[in-house]
Amino acid sequence: MTSSLRFRAAVVSIVLLAAFLGIWHLATRPTSAATNMSPEYAKLMGLTATQGKSAMPGPLDVGAKLWEHLRQPFYDNGPNDKGLGIQLGYSIARVGLGYLLAVMVAIPLGFLIGMSPLISKALDPFIQVLKPISPLAWMPLALYTIKDSSISAIFVIFICSVWPMLLNTAFGVASVRKEWINVARTLEVGTVRRAFTVILPAAAPTILTGMRISIGIAWLVIVAAEMLVGGTGIGYFVWNEWNNLSITNVIIAILMIGIVGMLLDQILARFTRMVTFPE
Amino acid sequence: MSTFDNPFDPNRGLHAGGCSCGQHVSEADHQAAQLQAQSAIESEQKRYEGVVASAVMRAMFPQDVARRAFLKSVGAATAAAALSQFFPLKTATEAFAQGGPLEKKDLKVGFIPITCATPIIMAAPMGFYSKNGLNVEVIKTAGWAVIRDKTLNKEYDAAHMLSPMPLAITMGAGSNPIPYTMPAVENINGQAITLSVKHKDKRDPKSWKGFKFAVPFDYSMHNYLLRYYLAEHGLDPDTDVQIRAVPPPEMVANLRADNIDGFLGPDPMNQRAVFDGAGFIHILTKDIWEGHPCCAFAASKEFVTTMPNTYGALLKSIIEATAYAHKAENRKEIANAIAPANYLNQPPIVLEQILTGTFADGLGNIVTQPNRVDFDPFPWQSFAVWIMTQMKRWGQIKGDIDYAGIAAQVYLATDATRLMKEAGLTPPTTTTKSFSVMGKNFDPAKPEEYLNSFKIRKAS
Repeated sequence: MTSSLRFRAAVVSIVLLAAFLGIWHLATRPTSAATNMSPEYAKLMGLTATQGKSAMPGPLDVGAKLWEHLRQPFYDNGPNDKGLGIQLGYSIARVGLGYLLAVMVAIPLGFLIGMSPLISKALDPFIQVLKPISPLAWMPLALYTIKDSSISAIFVIFICSVWPMLLNTAFGVASVRKEWINVARTLEVGTVRRAFTVILPAAAPTILTGMRISIGIAWLVIVAAEMLVGGTGIGYFVWNEWNNLSITNVIIAILMIGIVGMLLDQILARFTRMVTFPE
Repeated sequence: MSTFDNPFDPNRGLHAGGCSCGQHVSEADHQAAQLQAQSAIESEQKRYEGVVASAVMRAMFPQDVARRAFLKSVGAATAAAALSQFFPLKTATEAFAQGGPLEKKDLKVGFIPITCATPIIMAAPMGFYSKNGLNVEVIKTAGWAVIRDKTLNKEYDAAHMLSPMPLAITMGAGSNPIPYTMPAVENINGQAITLSVKHKDKRDPKSWKGFKFAVPFDYSMHNYLLRYYLAEHGLDPDTDVQIRAVPPPEMVANLRADNIDGFLGPDPMNQRAVFDGAGFIHILTKDIWEGHPCCAFAASKEFVTTMPNTYGALLKSIIEATAYAHKAENRKEIANAIAPANYLNQPPIVLEQILTGTFADGLGNIVTQPNRVDFDPFPWQSFAVWIMTQMKRWGQIKGDIDYAGIAAQVYLATDATRLMKEAGLTPPTTTTKSFSVMGKNFDPAKPEEYLNSFKIRKAS
């Protein structure tokens, strides 16, 4: 039954993809070629102007270009021209670093907020004000004060991935069942031990959900941040190809961003399943 | 008034007469005398001594009239002797001539991927930087504001900028005031007004009321030239049309999407709009102002003063590259050197059309304009004065402006003069020249009068 459902779902997916590619292909077919253009003049013009090629690339163009990129993902032709693999590597490293810093700050602080109603109330106004700030709004301030664009990018990742983790950790810790804590108290378990053996396992699924939201946001932000500061990374790649008006490469970059984002999310989803316990 | 003419001569003419320095009847006489003077120079040492002595003399007596009075009363020889009492001319001369070791060899120079940056970019693949002992990485940057911030926070040692930017930064327009310098102009000409193909029949600017235009940056020659052009045709650029700041690649996309009617932008975007069949070239900016400056090579005053030798070597590379780019026969080679993804990332045929000046105009004609874009490093201080008149005209700066003072502080003409000579070029002997923009003469000595002569300007 399940396998048949899976099979049918796969078929529907493939049909949808084929339909999408088909419509895309038809919509970007060349229109009629320009007539009465002298050959010397035509030599100076692009395919869009001479052969009525659509300004939007078709799926075949994108496929061919993608194959080109995949065959050589790690080439390095100087500071402004690196392979797609290297660019993705830079972005993942930045996200990883900023995210790790956020984990190191958000989880202990979230624990504190969750366990102490006083601190929770005292920090609440700050969190509420800082949480909704768009990550890119931090960028000029970061560039101006930190005076280093790659550290600024990491800072922006940090500042935007810290809030979901912090709030989820605090919420998870605060809503650990009272009975469990009371049992621990009865057995005279110390505060530190109680935190690690009772509260942490109980709050882990909520904490990991927060971490999963955060990695998604971090990946969203890195592209925009790199477009702004330039240099390296997949966001810079998008900007650079846009500067070249190469929509084909922009589409490829979008596809890559989507795939990497999905993988990051899946990794965190797997961790979440590992710590979740059946009740 | 170059550093190379003799300030110890009390009879030297003060006003431009028949030639560019004002001492000769005609430009031909001037050049002949110039040649003679050149061959008369006995040694490098002698020449540097003259340069340093005259620079010091000028520094002590910036007013020509005061200097003249002083020289008349004591005589030139006494003046030089008196000067060396206060200032160790010999040591200064040596330091200036030898250049000394480079303070820093690995440099980062930022650029925006447009053809204006050609000398800065091509100096890397074509070896001009390495020839002068530098290891320069040229780094593509996302926009003018980013390039400004990255040079201000020293991630870049120097950068490609729009020629009004160092003035704006120095005066604190649009950012904090930070002393900035512009030792070399990158390119002259090289921009165009491109209109959407749907306006093929609207060639008269008077019919452009309500148009939406794009320029790359508020503090840019593009903005001032477009405003000037519109105003000369009776349109008020602030009320009759819309002018927005838009990054160059988005200009072409917006033109195709019908969001804007045209733009005055940098190449390759004008030619790219033609290449992609989205627009046509209405007018080249060289037809608005023949020889106008556009982009520049800029560095902070701090870099210039703390690393004089590195700065000298870097500027020398740029000036040599600019001289190479100036020659028409090299243009095809340059187009191929800067086309790859690492630099401009454009189809070579587009760059070739721009640099060689034989191009499709988007209306079905092949046009030949060999100096569509040209490269000339000399930072004329009168360019700076003109730019400041336009900044004031459109309300970007207000109040009394020390036009000549700021121009001399930012546009480092003396460095360019020295290095152009070393590179085997003949620099001009003055730092200001008058020119005309759309047939209207500009006298750099009378900026306020020039400014007041415009009917259309922002009321302030």
